[in-house]
Amino acid sequence: MKQSLAQRVLIAVLGWGVALVLFFPIFWMVLTSFKTEGAAIATPPELFFKPTLASYAEVQERANYVLFALNSVVISVGGTLLALAFAIPAAYAMAFHPTHRTRGTLLWMLSTKMLPPVGVLVPIYLMFRTLGLLDTRTGLIAIYALMNLPIVVWMLFTFFKEVPHDILEAGRMDGARVWGEVWFLLLPLTLPGVASTGLLSLILCWNEAFWSLNLTSSGAAPLTTFIASFSSPEGLFFAKLSAASTIAVAPILIFGWLSQRQLVRGLTFGAVK
Amino acid sequence: MASASSSTAVAERAARETIVGSRTPSMLPLMAPSVIVLLLWMIVPLVMTLWFSFEYYNLLNPATTGFAGLDNYRYLVTDPDFWASLINTLVLVGSVLVITVVLGTLLAVLYDQPFPGRGVARLLAVAPFFVMPTVSALIWKNLMMHPIYGIIGFLTRVVGLAPVDWFAEYPMLSVIIIVSWEWLPFALLILLTAVQSLDHEQREAARMDGAGPIAQFFFITLPHLRRAISVVIMIETIFLLTVFAEIFVTTAGGPGNATTNLAFLIYARALLQFDVGGASAGGVVAIVLANVVAFFLVRSIAQRLEV
Repeated sequence: MKQSLAQRVLIAVLGWGVALVLFFPIFWMVLTSFKTEGAAIATPPELFFKPTLASYAEVQERANYVLFALNSVVISVGGTLLALAFAIPAAYAMAFHPTHRTRGTLLWMLSTKMLPPVGVLVPIYLMFRTLGLLDTRTGLIAIYALMNLPIVVWMLFTFFKEVPHDILEAGRMDGARVWGEVWFLLLPLTLPGVASTGLLSLILCWNEAFWSLNLTSSGAAPLTTFIASFSSPEGLFFAKLSAASTIAVAPILIFGWLSQRQLVRGLTFGAVK
Repeated sequence: MASASSSTAVAERAARETIVGSRTPSMLPLMAPSVIVLLLWMIVPLVMTLWFSFEYYNLLNPATTGFAGLDNYRYLVTDPDFWASLINTLVLVGSVLVITVVLGTLLAVLYDQPFPGRGVARLLAVAPFFVMPTVSALIWKNLMMHPIYGIIGFLTRVVGLAPVDWFAEYPMLSVIIIVSWEWLPFALLILLTAVQSLDHEQREAARMDGAGPIAQFFFITLPHLRRAISVVIMIETIFLLTVFAEIFVTTAGGPGNATTNLAFLIYARALLQFDVGGASAGGVVAIVLANVVAFFLVRSIAQRLEV
């Protein structure tokens, strides 16, 4: 389609303008994280200044930042691995040995994702209290695995469906058992798909902020909860808030950018192609 | 033709299953773990929420227990905070849906056009979706909307206006802005995927027939996006009904009950006032609301699901 020069300039200006406006808060957060507290609240705001890493150091000094980051890593990775461990066999069974119940089972699994967490907050909280799981990594790992299990099963199912049956059958003829078939044939063949499924689960766990705020306080609190502690009035230190936030967001932002396509696939359950 | 080929495929698959099936162990041990944990995860808390909602159960008042009948619900519907929270929930969900879907559709069309650096611009535009909710909320509240030190306050002073104390004067609007910023990239991502699957020849044909860009948008792009838009609306609704972290760290439901939505009300009932019965009654309302939407969403997914 031919467009006039004016149109093309307008589109480029709009496209870049919108992108910069949407990204601005993130940009400003990163910039502020390299300022001193004084410079962070200077009026007019400073765009050029002498960068310092002081805020990053102070965040670690005042609170054990490494512990919260470690909690985030352990809980996200643990929740994701647990979900994969449950989901891979189920997705394999549904993709390669479907029965008349498979469709219904898959839809039912997805529907469990639609139960609002706040509707079951009370019983989960009381159960956790009784079992001594409040403020433990184990508790959150279990919740996150369950929370993401439907999406993980569904995504793996769609990736497994793309593998030709003949390849697995050839393996079966050679006498591979089910576990061998999954481990040595299916997973290597679908590694990119399995990896992007894991990545999506990781992103969702990392950014989850309902269960982490309600079920953890200090010991097992991930970064979402730690950042929330800056909401108290005495926590109003812009540079430190920005520094803590930047480290919390940076890794997952990069993962997110890498896995945009799969994200659409996973988050819409294939309803949009 | 189509039905004939698909029935052959079914027959082939069935034949293959009978041949191979005899040598395949039962799939039950592979399915059972996932099905059982999900069943427990769904049924147990659900039944408990229902049960508690009919019980007198306050952690601060262990003396009063027993069957409450509909008392918790009666208390809920006579509580002005409940109706305020229901209205706040609907205002928040409705506003964010309108903002993200309308802007998301326009931006999807915009980012479908080629321009220099489009790839990078797209990455920047979708970035907010990957920021954790507590960070989004606090960055907006402090760095952006703070009346004295925030960027928006600075900009309003530059143009000669009095800075606005966003969270005091327009608390709900502030929350809507933050949540929309988080979800606009989601709508954009999904709708852009849908726009890109649009048949360019069809649009070219329409252009040949003399349709301008606006006519093309309304008669070709928008009908093509109908399904994707409905999916975005349903998925966003399910998440937006239970927005929590953004409110928790910015306004804590206030001032008064100005930003208390259903999720925050239930949280406050349960973990601040320890009224398990009352909170559970609220929980049941939230579940019913979400299920109305979920019903349509599952039906929509089912249409596309090939097993």
